[in-house]
Amino acid sequence: MATVAAPPATTGTPRNRRSGKGLSERRLAALMVSPSIVLIAIVAAYPIGYAIWLSLNEYSVRVPGLSRWAGLRNYEAAVTSDTWISALGTTFLFTGASVFLELLLGLGMALAMHAAFKGQGLLRTVVLVPWAILTVVTAITWQTIFNPELGFVTTMLNSLGLPGADTVWLGERGWALAVMVFADVWKTAPFMALLLLAGLQVIPDDVYDAAKVDGASAWQRFLRVTLPLLRPAILVALIFRTLDALRIFDLPFVLTRGANGTNTLSLEAYTQFNQNGILGLGAAMSVLTFVIVMFVSFLYIRFVGGNIRAMAGEDT
Amino acid sequence: MATAAPTDVALGKPGVLAREKARKGPRKGPNPLLYVAVAGIVVFCLFPFYWLINVSLKTGADLSGADLLPPNPTLANYESIFRNDDFIKALQNSAIVSLTVTLLSLIIGSFCAYALARLRFRGKYFILAAVLSVTTFPGIAIAAPLFKLWTDLEIYNTLIGLIIPYLTFALPLTIYILVSFFKEIPKTLEEAALVDGATNFQAFYKIVIPLAAPGMATTAILTFIFAWNEFLLAITLTSSSAARTVPASIAFFTGSTQFEQPLGTISAASVVISIPLILLVLLFQKRIVAGLTSGAVKG
Repeated sequence: MATVAAPPATTGTPRNRRSGKGLSERRLAALMVSPSIVLIAIVAAYPIGYAIWLSLNEYSVRVPGLSRWAGLRNYEAAVTSDTWISALGTTFLFTGASVFLELLLGLGMALAMHAAFKGQGLLRTVVLVPWAILTVVTAITWQTIFNPELGFVTTMLNSLGLPGADTVWLGERGWALAVMVFADVWKTAPFMALLLLAGLQVIPDDVYDAAKVDGASAWQRFLRVTLPLLRPAILVALIFRTLDALRIFDLPFVLTRGANGTNTLSLEAYTQFNQNGILGLGAAMSVLTFVIVMFVSFLYIRFVGGNIRAMAGEDT
Repeated sequence: MATAAPTDVALGKPGVLAREKARKGPRKGPNPLLYVAVAGIVVFCLFPFYWLINVSLKTGADLSGADLLPPNPTLANYESIFRNDDFIKALQNSAIVSLTVTLLSLIIGSFCAYALARLRFRGKYFILAAVLSVTTFPGIAIAAPLFKLWTDLEIYNTLIGLIIPYLTFALPLTIYILVSFFKEIPKTLEEAALVDGATNFQAFYKIVIPLAAPGMATTAILTFIFAWNEFLLAITLTSSSAARTVPASIAFFTGSTQFEQPLGTISAASVVISIPLILLVLLFQKRIVAGLTSGAVKG
C-alpha cells in the first residue's frame, strides 16, 4: 500500500518531460489506482479484519452492544459443533462431485463444439443460457423439475414404469445433495466448456497432423496431444470452479435452506449470525470459510502464479 | 475485433477456418455422433429453462400435471406478479443497483487498469495481486462484518449499502479484463499524442478509451450480470422490499398461505428476472465469451 501513496515523482526527468504538461507519470498512476484500492480496502480488507475481531468476542443476544473477550472459544465451538463438521463434509463432497462432473461434461461439450464448425456461434449462445440464468432461478427451476407431486422427473419415472417415482427428492439425505450437485453442474458445466473450447482453439493443427503422420489413433491423439496442451485451460477452469463451489450459498439456501444434508460452510455461518443472532460464532465460521478458501486458492496459485507476474511485469 | 480476445484472434486468423475445412471437409462426411452430441447439448442447456416457462404458463390443476405443453396456457401468473408491488420494487432496485455498479465499476476500474497496463510505477505486482485476491474472498466472510458495519453507519437496507460492496467485487474482474485489452492497443498511438503535447491522462481518455470500447462493453455486460445475480449480500444487507433486489425478493416469495408454494407465480417471476440476462446473451454472445475466456487461454 505504501507504494500507492508514493512521494510525488521528481518532475523533470526525461521521461516526464516527454509527456509535457500534466501530472507526472507516477503521481497520475497513484491517482488512478487509489479509488480501486480504497474501495477494496474498505469493503474487503477491513471487513475481514473486523470479522476476525468479531470472532474473538462473545456478544449478548439480549443486550445489544454488550460483548466480552472470548479468545479462541468461538473457534473451538465452531470446530467441535456437529453441524459445522457436517457442513464441512458436505461442502467438500459437493465441491469434489460437482467440479469433477463439470470437468467431464465440460470437456465433452467443448470437444463436440470444437468439432461442430457450422453451428458454433449458435451453440455458444445456447450454452451461455444456463450460465446467465440467476443461481436463485436455477434452484427454483430444479425444484420444479424434481417436485415430488408435479415435477417432470416423477412423472417421467411414473410413465416409464420405473422405480423411484415416490421419492421426495429434496426431502431425503443423499438425493437432496445429488439434486444440488446436478443443478450446479447444469449451471456451470457450460462455463467450463467455453473455457476449454477457447483452450482447444489455440492448439495448432500442425500438432495433430504430426501425430497423425506418426500413426496415432484418435484416442491416442486426445490423450497425448489434446489433454497435455489443454492443461493450462483445465487448470484455470478448475480453480474458478473449485473456489466457487467451496463458497456455495444460494443453491442450498433456495433449494432446501440447508436441510437434509445440504448445509454448506457459508450457509452454516449465515445461519449462526443471521438467523440465530450468534455474531461471534458466525464470524468465527466465516473466518474459517475464508481460511479454507484462501488455503485452497493458495495451493492452486502455486501452479499458475506466473500468470499474474507476467501481467504485471511485462512492460516494466 | 482482432484485439478482442484470444478466442476471436484464433477464429479471426484468415487461414485457420479455411484450412480446417479443407482438412476435414472432403475426407469424411459429417459424423452422425456429432449431431447426437450437439442435440444433447442443446436439450441439456435449454430444457430446464423451457420447463420453467412451461410451468409459469399453467395455473390451478394444470400445475400438477407434467405436460410438456401447458394444456390451457395462460398469462395469469404474469399478471399476478406485475400487480405485486414488492416485485415491481425489486425490479426497480435491481435495475438501479446493477446499472450504477456497472457504470462506476467501468470508470474506477478503467483508471486502475490503465495505470497497471501502461504507466510506470512501483508496486504494480502487489496491487494486481491484491486486486485479484479479492476474487477469492468468500462473500460470507464479508457479509457478517458488513451487516454490523452498515447498521452502525445506517446504510443497512439501502441501495447504496449494496452498491458499495458490489462495486468492490466487480472491480477485480473489470480491472483484469481491461488490463489485457489496454495492453493490446498499440503504444505508438499514445506516444504520438504525447509527442503532440497531450498529457498522459488525455492520452488515456481520448485515445485508449475509445479504442478499448469492445473491452469496456465486455466488462460492462459481465458486471451487470454479476450485480443482477448476486444473492448472499442481497439478503444479508437488506431486510425489506425497500432495498431487496430480485434474487432476494424471489427467495422470500410467499404464497397466500404460509405452506403453499405459489409455484406458478414464482416460475413466472423467475422467467421475468432472467429475461434481461438472456437478452444480453443473445445480443452479445461473442463479447461475453471473449471476456470469460480472456484469462483462461493466456494462463
